[in-house]
Amino acid sequence: MSKAGPSQASIFLNGLWKENPVFVQVLGMCPVLAVTNSVRNAIAMGLSTMFVLVMSSTLVSLVRNIVPKQVRIATYILIISTFVTIVDYVIKAVSIPVYKALGPFIALIVVNCIILGRAEAFASKNSVYRSILDAFGMGIGFSFALLCLGAVREILGAGTFLGVPLFGPYFEPWIIFLLPSGGFFTLGAWLLAFSLWKERRTRKATLAAEHAQELAS
Amino acid sequence: MNSASLSFIFIDSLLINNLVLAVFLGICPFLGVSGKLETATRMGGAVIFVMLVSSTLTFGINRLLIAVDAEYLRIIAYIVVIASTVQLVEMFIKKTSPALFRALGIYLPLITTNCAILGVAMFQTFREYSFIQSLVFSIGSGLGFALALVIMSGIREQLNLADVPNVAKGTAIALMVAGILSMAFMGFAGLGSN
Repeated sequence: MSKAGPSQASIFLNGLWKENPVFVQVLGMCPVLAVTNSVRNAIAMGLSTMFVLVMSSTLVSLVRNIVPKQVRIATYILIISTFVTIVDYVIKAVSIPVYKALGPFIALIVVNCIILGRAEAFASKNSVYRSILDAFGMGIGFSFALLCLGAVREILGAGTFLGVPLFGPYFEPWIIFLLPSGGFFTLGAWLLAFSLWKERRTRKATLAAEHAQELAS
Repeated sequence: MNSASLSFIFIDSLLINNLVLAVFLGICPFLGVSGKLETATRMGGAVIFVMLVSSTLTFGINRLLIAVDAEYLRIIAYIVVIASTVQLVEMFIKKTSPALFRALGIYLPLITTNCAILGVAMFQTFREYSFIQSLVFSIGSGLGFALALVIMSGIREQLNLADVPNVAKGTAIALMVAGILSMAFMGFAGLGSN
């Protein structure tokens, strides 16, 4: 990337919205579907992924000029798995219920394509500061997506939010949303909503452009 | 030590807790290469093979790590083992069976990033399976992955002929199909309660 690259704010916002890792790039699907059956798990997973993403992006960016090209992927994977091990032990120490709920999926952060993808596509080519910004943006975007899914699934599937009951005793929970197929449906619905919104916006833009052209002629 | 019977582990990993449709592992290849039946079959074959080899190796590695009291190295060791296994398997197949190598093609290296492989290794460690149990578990999981992939690709080949609204094309409709498929697999849950 040249010196006249995107501004700092746009790097940060890129991951948050325009290139949201889940809704736009459709990366890292496994944890997105597997651990979003409650808001608490979704937040824990989002934060852990963000930590690993930020730390590994920082380190990858620091060593980007030292590591030979041939072994770079192996180096990235080693760096990432080191931080994942740290997260694994921290979660175990902080909260056993969360550790039990996330289970092997903490270890699977290693193979989350978002992290390796950002290391290869951004951190290996940019300065430390920019890489951290990018990692934060992507991490928050990822957590946001997890939260979107987790909220829908917990509210509809259990009638609670973060364990607090939302509806009266007459609410019949939709168990299907807590089950695996509910994960597929919820993510599919979110993707549908996003592409619908995008299509409407482009249609509006083209309509406005046509209108402007008509006025000009 | 886990004392589940071998046949139960097999059925459980193949159908009841299908890797893709119930545990959500290997979603990326599941959505990525399920467009055509032929590629799906090959990918499934490659995954079954690598899964078997890597789960055997990781079982040994885990024993070794426990023996030297270095369990904190587990994640790092596993990922390195899997990456090099894929590489070794690739070279081995290229040497011994060029026909199979051509058939698997690009799918072999792609498996390194398949979280199903690492997932199976982690699950067998988590559940403290014995060696034979791990073998059965990995075969069942691999077959389950291939099964889900083949079914999905069959459906998607038909879906190409259907009139899908523009906004739903691609991933969104694939996820909906996967959801229905996963619901169908929930029917197998009854097999588990004896």
